[in-house]
Amino acid sequence: MPLLYPLVLSAALFGIGLYGVLARRNAVLMLLGVEIMLNAVNLNLVAFDAWFADKIHTGQVLTLFTITLAAAEIGLGLAIVLALFRAVRTVDVDEVGADT
Amino acid sequence: MTATEIIFLLFAAVAVGSALLAMTTKQLVHSALWLVVTLGAVAGCFVLMTAEFVAWVQVLVYVGSVVVLVIFALMLTRQQSTISAEVTGNRWTAAVLGLVAAVGLGATVVSGFHGERIEGHKIGTAHSIGKALFKEWVLPFEILSGVLLAALIGAIVISRSGSER
Repeated sequence: MPLLYPLVLSAALFGIGLYGVLARRNAVLMLLGVEIMLNAVNLNLVAFDAWFADKIHTGQVLTLFTITLAAAEIGLGLAIVLALFRAVRTVDVDEVGADT
Repeated sequence: MTATEIIFLLFAAVAVGSALLAMTTKQLVHSALWLVVTLGAVAGCFVLMTAEFVAWVQVLVYVGSVVVLVIFALMLTRQQSTISAEVTGNRWTAAVLGLVAAVGLGATVVSGFHGERIEGHKIGTAHSIGKALFKEWVLPFEILSGVLLAALIGAIVISRSGSER
């Protein structure tokens, strides 16, 4: 398989995730955009691991680490969003920005 | 073009399409469900790139727990007045920035790795990944478990301190 397929797919997913983070008004859906961007990075890591035929599987092990970090990030992020919702009764990032 | 490449391109099309839908649909829960399709398609791509263990971890962690967390959060933060427009006013700026990032990254990888091929000799089974993880990557692995523990305790503390107020 050409190495370019996964790399171009990951670039497209990264752009889509960036659009989601910047354009979504709901804070939870902004976090979804971050997840898509992290997945694009994982795709790159796995593709380069398979390309190098790495003996100690650096790319795939780093992908496992990234997945763990993404789980930690979404847990903390959602806790912060829920605390925000309790404080100001909205998760609309435009309204939260306008209040302060 | 081999069968692997055709299946990979199909998975890639599904991933990009469902990611676009997840980021643009107005239904909040639909957005989370489209994310499931995206993550599943990316897991399929992992399998095709000989990373089967990573693919199963992706399915377990992302599809199994992250999306469930997101759906819980969406339901807990449901508002009485639904947000009228689901995107901010600067959506066109965001679209241009996303497009520039995608095209820039795409052009870079095309110019840098044109003509390279993945042969797929080293298959990432649970056996080989486990050996690599516990022979070469033990210290980062342990530090990462500390990070995960700290993050989850932090999440609990943030949620609790909000409810006492």
